[in-house]
Amino acid sequence: MSDVIFELKNVKKWFPARRNLGQLLSGERKWIKAVDGVSLKIKRGEIFGLIGESGCGKTTTGKLIMKLMEPSDGQIIFNGEDVTHLDKERLGQYKRNVQMIFQDPYASMNPRFRAVDVLTEPLEIHGIGKSKAEREELAAKALEAVKLTPPEDFLGRYAHMLSGGQRQRLATARTLILSPDFIVADEPVSMIDLSTRAEILHMMKEVQQSMGLTYLYITHDLSTARYFTDRIAVMYLGKIVEMGYADDLIDKAKHPYTKALISAVCEPVSGKVNQSKEVPIKGEIPSAANIPEGCRFHPRCLYAKPECMQGEDPELQEVENGHYVACIRYKEIEEMGTSWR
Amino acid sequence: MERVLDVRNLKVYYFTSKGPVRAVDDISFYINKGETLGVVGESGCGKTTLGTALLNMPTPPGKVVGGEIIIDGTNILELNENQLRKNVRWEKISMVFQGAMNSLTPAYTIEKQMLETLRYHRELDEQEARERIKKYVNLVGLSDDVLKRYPHELSGGMKQRIVIAMALFLEPELVICDEPTTALDVVVQAQIINLLKELKQKLNLSFIFVTHDLATEAEVADRIMVMYAGKIAEIGTNDQIYGEQGPMHPYTSNLLAATPRLHKKVEKLNFIPGSPPDLLNPPAGCRFHLRCPVVMEKCRTEEPPLKEVEKDHYVACWRCYENE
Ligand SMILES: Nc1ncnc2c1ncn2[C@@H]1O[C@H](COP(=O)(O)OP(=O)(O)OP(=O)(O)O)[C@@H](O)[C@H]1O
Ligand SMILES: Nc1ncnc2c1ncn2[C@@H]1O[C@H](COP(=O)(O)OP(=O)(O)OP(=O)(O)O)[C@@H](O)[C@H]1O
Ligand code: SF4
Ligand SMILES: [Mg+2]
Ligand SMILES: [Mg+2]
Repeated sequence: MSDVIFELKNVKKWFPARRNLGQLLSGERKWIKAVDGVSLKIKRGEIFGLIGESGCGKTTTGKLIMKLMEPSDGQIIFNGEDVTHLDKERLGQYKRNVQMIFQDPYASMNPRFRAVDVLTEPLEIHGIGKSKAEREELAAKALEAVKLTPPEDFLGRYAHMLSGGQRQRLATARTLILSPDFIVADEPVSMIDLSTRAEILHMMKEVQQSMGLTYLYITHDLSTARYFTDRIAVMYLGKIVEMGYADDLIDKAKHPYTKALISAVCEPVSGKVNQSKEVPIKGEIPSAANIPEGCRFHPRCLYAKPECMQGEDPELQEVENGHYVACIRYKEIEEMGTSWR
Repeated sequence: MERVLDVRNLKVYYFTSKGPVRAVDDISFYINKGETLGVVGESGCGKTTLGTALLNMPTPPGKVVGGEIIIDGTNILELNENQLRKNVRWEKISMVFQGAMNSLTPAYTIEKQMLETLRYHRELDEQEARERIKKYVNLVGLSDDVLKRYPHELSGGMKQRIVIAMALFLEPELVICDEPTTALDVVVQAQIINLLKELKQKLNLSFIFVTHDLATEAEVADRIMVMYAGKIAEIGTNDQIYGEQGPMHPYTSNLLAATPRLHKKVEKLNFIPGSPPDLLNPPAGCRFHLRCPVVMEKCRTEEPPLKEVEKDHYVACWRCYENE
């Protein structure tokens, strides 16, 4: 088997935008370009991080991979097979191999379900296990995998009898029970306590290593991404603007947007109270229905030149080993040094 | 140093059908003029309960059951509703509520919401009120034209600026900001942090900055108060908590070790096993003892008092006192 588990080739997802009366009458169509030409390869056994501001298309990318929706354009390859369009039967198999977890311990879990019901339900849906006893045995194994031990103590518990961290373990056990190869973990803007999050990530990493899983980890938080992932892609308005090994991407960031994100992060160290944070970026993120011409980042970029403001988006090109950037001026900016800091 | 707030032995309980939830349980602290006090702790430790209690405005079935809140020499717990509204709330102390930016009335323009809030707190003629609103909208870095817009036409950062402006209207000395950056993107978070620092300088304000994130607190708070299960675990200066020596209370150090750092590669993030106790039945002794990695016998039965162990550094932990 190839070491690439997933490949996205120029994948797009455009949603029709609501039109005002003038646009309706003139027949003008508008699109929300949620994902607008994403190409990437995820390697078997790695944790791949997808990071970016709210609305940049992370969840939509995750949903396309999960095949919860069809792309408007482009190709999705899974284990060498083109899965862009699948018939119903093949889709059922696919959905066993590729699972999604929402990283939110407070997300709704049926209050009348005990842990054992939460875990055996997907088995029933997919017709796995010959008997109830067999399914319950699988449920107990899944609890062990996420360290809710001894499983007998947890099988009978309802969601409200679990802490946030334990609830997330249960949600993870539910995805693991189908023995997927690939997991998309989507973390919302986080109200989760840091300790609970650290606990969840620690458990997820252990499970990933012991079962040889591959993760797509979606987050807003660069600090956590550095700790948790092998490689990171930074997304801006539906496109990847920079991608590389986690340490390289953070220590040697090249794209002005990545640099801005990095400088905005708070660090738990002393000596910063009396200075203000310098974040080298202007304005606010435009709507995905109105993507700027040229480099889509140019209206917010402190380095934009006339050639950035027209024509096609800069191509995502490999500039160092495994380090990709979509910025025509990255080299000049690098030569300017770290004056932006 | 002049104190803008002095809290002594404050207790706030929620009287539920299952019994009292001891959300804030006998805590004492103060705030100096012009400083930002950070209040941190895990979800449910009592941060919001403390904030609303400081306005003497506990959310039912919550009640302040004991203690004193002293502002300008007056214990505001002894004032009636009328006096509080006239002389204290928004005049001396105001609050940016957790999630307020998402509860602006959708059908009102920003100007209309602001007018209503302002005139609820103080009688002003229309013209005066409008001018004041303009002044504060500009002060938080927005231009006048946002006034004619509706909440859904504003970004999260702009809405957060509006609710901050609304807390400043009546020129209070102390502003409580409850998780003002949590739901925002990192770039916008940094902008709001900068705004609060700028306001503090310009208006010589004091702030209480509430969050569950120790990293954010490091960048905004002059002193940090760490809460655990309705109690204060530790209070220290920014240097004492984030400097070389590090915090003293085992809860604070473990929380800090669970906080990821961008510019430092860590192999393993620490976490604190278990979860905070149920405040209907808090454990005896130190409330952290069930999760504490360095627990001693004494911790299980005797509650550690909050003691000043070095100048300005207060800790409630049996491990941290000398000669014990
Ligand atoms: N079903 C839909 N119909 C129309 N627009 C949509 C739909 N789903 C998403 N969008 C839009 O597509 C863009 C990308 O949304 P998406 O949820 O992928 O962002 P995200 O990066 O996951 O954001 P967040 O960090 O807030 O979760 C947004 O502008 C969003 O409003
Ligand atoms: N209206 C209420 N009735 C009963 N209990 C309540 C009520 N509001 C809060 N509590 C309880 O009081 C305790 C403190 O809650 P509070 O909202 O002050 O915590 P917090 O530190 O602000 O948490 P978060 O970080 O989640 O905002 C919790 O145990 C909570 O369950
Ligand atoms: S008092 Fe005891 S249990 Fe509490 S934090 Fe200190 S050592 Fe741990
Ligand atoms: Mg999302
Ligand atoms: Mg709160």
